[in-house]
Amino acid sequence: MSSEIPRISIRGLSKRFDDKIILDGADLDIMPGKSTTVIGMSGTGKSVLIKCVLGLLKPDSGEILIDGENWLELKEHEQLQRMQRVGMLFQGGALFDSLSVWENVSFALLRRGLSKTKAKERAIEVLEWVGLYDIEDKMPAELSGGMAKRVGLARTICHKPDIVFFDEPTTGLDPIMSDVINKLIVRLHKDSGTTILSITHDMKSASMISDHIALLCHGRIHMQIPANELDSNQDPMLRQFVEGKAEGPINCSIWGKQIEEAIQR
Amino acid sequence: MLTATGKLVESFCIQLGLYAATFAGALKRLTSRPWHFRMLLQQAEEVGVQSLPVVMLTALFTGMVLALQSYIVFHRFAAESLTGLVVSMSVVRELGPVLVGLMVAGRVGASFAAELGTMRVTEQIDALWTLSTDPVRYLILPRLIAVTLMMPLLVVVADFIGIYGGYAISVHVLDQNPAVYIENTTIYMELSDFYSGLVKAAFFGMLIGLIGCTEGFNCKGGAEGVGTATTRAVVVSCMSILISDYFLTAWMFG
Repeated sequence: MSSEIPRISIRGLSKRFDDKIILDGADLDIMPGKSTTVIGMSGTGKSVLIKCVLGLLKPDSGEILIDGENWLELKEHEQLQRMQRVGMLFQGGALFDSLSVWENVSFALLRRGLSKTKAKERAIEVLEWVGLYDIEDKMPAELSGGMAKRVGLARTICHKPDIVFFDEPTTGLDPIMSDVINKLIVRLHKDSGTTILSITHDMKSASMISDHIALLCHGRIHMQIPANELDSNQDPMLRQFVEGKAEGPINCSIWGKQIEEAIQR
Repeated sequence: MLTATGKLVESFCIQLGLYAATFAGALKRLTSRPWHFRMLLQQAEEVGVQSLPVVMLTALFTGMVLALQSYIVFHRFAAESLTGLVVSMSVVRELGPVLVGLMVAGRVGASFAAELGTMRVTEQIDALWTLSTDPVRYLILPRLIAVTLMMPLLVVVADFIGIYGGYAISVHVLDQNPAVYIENTTIYMELSDFYSGLVKAAFFGMLIGLIGCTEGFNCKGGAEGVGTATTRAVVVSCMSILISDYFLTAWMFG
């Protein structure tokens, strides 16, 4: 890691649901213009981590510094204002059912008062960027899973955010569509120098889209390494996860189940 | 036994807290911008115009059956001329707001809970936040205002149709004198009878919106959770209407 000030700095983040500890003092730094991916088993708290950063969940303790500003100390309207700089692609796309594709894509711009004509033009431009043509007037229910994900990506970047979050960007997609999404993320990163925080358990996706990879395990960031060291690093936990072995230092049978149950409650 | 009772009380208190938090959140946003007028108009159309057929049909048949029942009873002591007054008073003061409230709770309260619940479980509400849009301001406030404003209007329609239903049965089926029916209806009724129904209607509307939106907004657990939220929205709304109706009546006429 360089000596630059991190764009996003997570310090001692803890979150529990009832008596189940999900995050237990997680620390993570994301450098400006870098793409960092948090990997970890299903149910280890990756989504909880990203939701805490976005203000969708309130952590029990810790700090979330973005550009040196502690987001947990901001008032609700201040947080909302800061969200204008942020984009988020949800796992299932989370497109608004009642709005057409172009209204979904340019939602943030319409809310900021851009005229419908200009917002639609911008939506079409971004839809073309993600490889979708002549679908702007369709409704989300008419789209396939891959198309919905790409529309979600178009909505994420339409207002030109400088920090983008990806929640399992390739989950539920076929290998070809996963590759399309991964390449779009890489292109976004290279073209605009956006700071990216992704969470995934898809190792191919992680190694393709990341500059750095962090392993979340037992509620903490166990390690954070450059993506090109993924194959050579011999950490037992990392090797167990990368090689997909049930036996090893990660106690997969209890941890994941506990968290899934706690979140459901 | 004690544990079960304790859990029930705890869950009741949590639910009350959620309703209070939603109400306070909506109230806080009422006085500050931005206001989503387009959403408000959409919801007003959905709540008001779309509910009209159900409300009109309910009011018509309620007025008709009320006239029939009242006539049968009054006939026993030769007081049939009071039928019009009883129908009008019952519809305007009580049955109009309560029945319209129950109909709207079934139609609109359920729809609020299902719509917001689906948005919650598919992360659409979270997506709103990440697109720098306040979900309470964008989703809950317009619905709450729309149903509170539309309920009294629906009750005005229901009042006239209910009274007409009673008139039609009394005059055309039971051969009562139309002039006597109208005179008895108008002479004893006061404007406050009419207003009290409208106050009740607005209060019931607010309850329906608050309960439907809170249940949907705080929904958990996928499709099953949406189902539970919808059922609870309807049941709690209906119960709240019936219970609060007693206290409102006692307060206004007691």
